[in-house]
Amino acid sequence: MSVSALIVLIYVLVLASYLGFELISKVPPTLHTPLMSGSNAISGITIVGALIASNEMGYGTLSKWLGLLALVLATINVVGGYAVTDRMLKMFKKK
Amino acid sequence: MNIGIQLAYLVASVLFILGIKYLGKTKDARKGNVLSAVGMLIAIAATLFTLEVFSLIEIGAAILVGAAIGLYYSQKVAMTKIPEMVALFNGFGGLASFSVALSDFFFKNANEATSLDAINLTSILLSVLIGGVTFTGSMVAYLKLDGKVSGQPITFSGQHLLNLILLLAFFAAAVLVFIDPSQEIYLYILVGIALLLGILTVIPIGGADMPVVISLLNSYSGMAACATGFILNNNVLIVAGSLVGASGIILTQIMCKAMNRSLMNVLLGGFGQTVATGGADGPAVVVKEIGVEESAMLFDSASSVIVVPGYGMAVAQAQHVVRELMEQCEKRNIEFRFAIHPVAGRMPGHMNVLLAEANISYDKLIEMDDINEDFANTDLVFVVGANDVVNPAARTNPESPIFGMPILNADKARTVIVSKRSMGKGYAGVENELFGFSNCLMLFGDAKQTITKVVGELKDMA
Repeated sequence: MSVSALIVLIYVLVLASYLGFELISKVPPTLHTPLMSGSNAISGITIVGALIASNEMGYGTLSKWLGLLALVLATINVVGGYAVTDRMLKMFKKK
Repeated sequence: MNIGIQLAYLVASVLFILGIKYLGKTKDARKGNVLSAVGMLIAIAATLFTLEVFSLIEIGAAILVGAAIGLYYSQKVAMTKIPEMVALFNGFGGLASFSVALSDFFFKNANEATSLDAINLTSILLSVLIGGVTFTGSMVAYLKLDGKVSGQPITFSGQHLLNLILLLAFFAAAVLVFIDPSQEIYLYILVGIALLLGILTVIPIGGADMPVVISLLNSYSGMAACATGFILNNNVLIVAGSLVGASGIILTQIMCKAMNRSLMNVLLGGFGQTVATGGADGPAVVVKEIGVEESAMLFDSASSVIVVPGYGMAVAQAQHVVRELMEQCEKRNIEFRFAIHPVAGRMPGHMNVLLAEANISYDKLIEMDDINEDFANTDLVFVVGANDVVNPAARTNPESPIFGMPILNADKARTVIVSKRSMGKGYAGVENELFGFSNCLMLFGDAKQTITKVVGELKDMA
């Protein structure tokens, strides 16, 4: 990777973190548990990396197996995380 | 790189950000979660499309297996067990990033055409370190939360020195990998150190501090995803990872503040071990008991009630009878609210979920800072399964280990009823001065049974 490409990635990192701090400090404490389970799901974004890794090499190589392991785990996070968050948010009602 | 996939990743990133923005309002939160999920779907679909891997059966199988496990778990898990689930998922996220990093290392090492440059290697090693620590640390946190291992802090002399030495060893081995990446033995050493560090950093932390630990590990799992984004030169991983990283850090800060502890103090661990003797030299607390009938009469004659719920309420499965109690009081036009301490429950916001599950409207759940002034004008405070968060020693007794912790001013109310199984101590292992106060009455017994009886009495009175 070139240094200029790295700089772009660091830009994205810094700006996204800043935005994250701003937005998340506005989430009310009532919703902190769904926020955490929802961020479990978002951290499942590694699924993109897992797909790339699973695709990289032929059968039987360590690289491929690691990719597939990551794929299973990240999918659990994505599906389980969004589903449980929805289950919780559904319960929050105002009468 | 393909422009289409980049645009798809951009859309996904925006949807993640919007999803979190919608979490800012309780009524919009569910919509936000859906937006975020759509973003994820777009990112996955775009990746599959560009890789042209639809035909690869093992990828489909892995996704099916993961989706089935995730869906099953998410529907079966009890709301009291959400902290365990979040701890496990933090670990899965860490292990996934860790595996992708290793996979990339082996792939690039085996291919002549794709050599590992310094930026690449640094990102891989960071992802291995953060992902590995997140994985084993989360597993220990999970086992502690689930009671599979004792919640007691495990400490030994030289513990922090050992952690420091391991971290230094990690950097030393990292340098060796840099010098010659084909010597894979050094990478295996790095993997071992990272996994060991995760275990060693979480075992000294006591069960009561797990809300801080899982918030911090949540943040780590996001940072691991970020590091993986640097490996793959992929913006969507960095955006999503940063959001999770920021979220975990904010929640960690909130938890620490609510316990009046510094993060360093929590991480060094051992809290609650030496302090248990702290209250022993004081006079034993003399308490006044109250029965079910008298409790019902107090509720009947009150004009305002505040309930202080703690995790003990959820353990006794008493939240549903507390709702019935609320209905009885509201029939009598008694103002009925809940005061939620930030560390009520076992993770940030846990108590709100438990009460929402019991069908209690969220506008009845009031945060500590918004309700603390009102206790002095309240007729009756009902403490159910909470202890340390209403201990006035936190305000008055500099000797107390919880001194300085922000508490709910339950003691300021006209009358306090405490529903408690027995005279046991709270999480911090300290005597609660409130129980000896002249306005405090103890309602002993299992919370669910006694409150059911109180509700029964109230129904008979009506």
